[in-house]
Amino acid sequence: MYIYDQHDKTLIGERVAQYRRQTDDYLAGKIPDAVFLPLRLQNGLYVQRLAPMLRINIPYGMVSATQLRALAGITRKYDKGYAHFTTRQNIQLNWPQLEEVPDILAELAAVEMQGIQSSGSCIRNVTSDEFAGISADEIVDPRPWCEIIRQWSTLHPEFAFLPRKFKIAVSGSKSDRAAIQVHDIGLQVLKNADDEVGFKVLVGGGLGRSPAIGEVIKDFLPAKHLLTYLEAILRVYNRYGRRDNKYKARIKILLKAWTAEVFADKVEQEWLQQIDSPSTLTDEVIAHAEAFFTSPSYESVDVASCEAALQQLASEQIAFGKWRDRNVVTHKVAGYCAVHLSLKPTGVAPGDVTDSQLEAIADLAERYSFDEVRVTHHQNLVLGDVKLSDLPELWQAAKQLGFATPSIGTLVDMICCPGGDFCSLANAKSIPVAEAIQRRFDDLDYLYDLGDIKLNISGCMNACGHHHVGNIGILGVDKKGEEFYQVQLGGSALDDASLGKVLGPSFYAREIPDVLESILNIYVDRRIEGETFLDTHRRIGTAPFKEFIYAKAA
Amino acid sequence: MPKLLKDKSLVDNGWQVLPKDFSGSLPDAPCFVPLNYWLANKESLQNPDTIGVWLDADQEPEKFAGDIEKLRHLAVNFPSFMDGRGFSIARLIRERYQFTGELRAIGHIVPDQLFYLSRCGFDAFCLDALSLGDEAEPHHQLEDYLAAFSVTYQACVNQEQPLFRRR
Repeated sequence: MYIYDQHDKTLIGERVAQYRRQTDDYLAGKIPDAVFLPLRLQNGLYVQRLAPMLRINIPYGMVSATQLRALAGITRKYDKGYAHFTTRQNIQLNWPQLEEVPDILAELAAVEMQGIQSSGSCIRNVTSDEFAGISADEIVDPRPWCEIIRQWSTLHPEFAFLPRKFKIAVSGSKSDRAAIQVHDIGLQVLKNADDEVGFKVLVGGGLGRSPAIGEVIKDFLPAKHLLTYLEAILRVYNRYGRRDNKYKARIKILLKAWTAEVFADKVEQEWLQQIDSPSTLTDEVIAHAEAFFTSPSYESVDVASCEAALQQLASEQIAFGKWRDRNVVTHKVAGYCAVHLSLKPTGVAPGDVTDSQLEAIADLAERYSFDEVRVTHHQNLVLGDVKLSDLPELWQAAKQLGFATPSIGTLVDMICCPGGDFCSLANAKSIPVAEAIQRRFDDLDYLYDLGDIKLNISGCMNACGHHHVGNIGILGVDKKGEEFYQVQLGGSALDDASLGKVLGPSFYAREIPDVLESILNIYVDRRIEGETFLDTHRRIGTAPFKEFIYAKAA
Repeated sequence: MPKLLKDKSLVDNGWQVLPKDFSGSLPDAPCFVPLNYWLANKESLQNPDTIGVWLDADQEPEKFAGDIEKLRHLAVNFPSFMDGRGFSIARLIRERYQFTGELRAIGHIVPDQLFYLSRCGFDAFCLDALSLGDEAEPHHQLEDYLAAFSVTYQACVNQEQPLFRRR
């Protein structure tokens, strides 16, 4: 993991002092609400339906055991003893007091954490692949590049008052697990024919009101030009992005208005003016960043005997086998694996953890995974470097702690925003819908038979629950003060990214489990051997689903 | 007289900002003329010590790039403190067009933006633009806002080398 030096520490300390002074001035009536708004947002503080919400960055998803313990202590001291992992590798506190936020930020700073630019019209937390550095299909570890971007974007003086929020994601593997096609900028780290590292640059993806898949504006940007090129994109956006209507202010709208070709050309012209400026990365700088993300000291493991023992246990304890099949992921190093800690047990809001669970996760990380944990954009956690021989013990521990729900990647491993229970933007609740679905679909064999299905639920069209890119997406809408739910089919955030199509008129919350069951029945009836839900939907389209469901309703 | 924060201290501001649609003859006092007025009349506007040019946030410094070296006073308008276009315009004026005269922020800015504004190349700020009123005592020493951070990661107008080249 990246470790702060004295420069980073000084900066974050000065940021806390600045925000403390801003909060004092606000409380003394010296800063009006409208002026305080961007100041608090750019430190992570929203004012929600019931209370303020503080969003804390977990840069590119890497968090240490020490940091988890500090977070646990903060939720106990300043909140109600729990926190929520989001779809953008952040963690949120739902009940902090505005007056106490400077103290929270100071405690976070002590463990090298912050909420800088986690909200507001600025460059947000850079996100990445939860399997960075450990997956077999990785071309280049994205994390050093994420850290370089994190530093560049932190307190960037030119881009703190953009037309709208701005999200950057980086993937370094063959399969995209960072959803780079639905970010304002998506970066694919790759190598060219001469084995030189560079970036494929996508711009203009995003969810929200006008969902869009990003378009490639540069096929191969040599790595050293990363920051000057990003600066050129941001400058073009800052100058020409729409500011008259917040719903048309994202970069995707500018890209569509200009076309990708015109946008790319404008960026190129701007970039050529900056090329080779001091912001160009040097070999030393890149090596310095890479040095923070070296492999831990893996032990040599007798894989064959380990595998035999695990097979034996799986045959004796079916539950272990199911858990291993679903929640354990292969690792680039023989004898090691990555293990999902599921945050989706039935009855708990997806992504929620208590203070004692945070501490327990820290314990597991220290015992089994070199003190580190990764946060996924599916709102689960991953222990990235677990020895195969530790799996039985880890399974027992995870089971006792409630993290062993063997449902990763299935229907009930859903993404879900906080929704109308917490969020003042939401049109409808989302957590109770998620829970009703988990209660209806509680037969693991049925879920395994359905295979990989992404179910994403958002409580409003701002799409924090990524409903457009769920294979099945559910969107809460408000009609004359009543909550309804629209269903979409066919979305994906993977390499084959696509946006879901609306099934038809929306439903009451109580109808959703039945509607889902009908959708799944049609899939099971119509699938051809080996087809996922998405494959079948792509082959037969939305019509058969629509005909059946609305005929039945009529 | 209205005050101006310049070179980290408060001075009298004797300059007028003429409206964007200004036409006719100039006042006797020093003034910033709008960009379009400058482009239409620049042959007759030859005294850079009393005539400056101001740009609105939707105007492009590229439009008068060739004139910038002749000028000693420029201003950029912020229609709202949430409108960040002026930050980019300032960097272009300083870094691309090598302007070394006074660059003033006008319109609506807030004290907590002074640090970023100065990093982007502004060196003069109207206090009325800061919503502090002409004579109001600021809540804190204005130079404290300008010195909010002693560490910066990025290259910018007042620091050509990014931190990664200085570590």
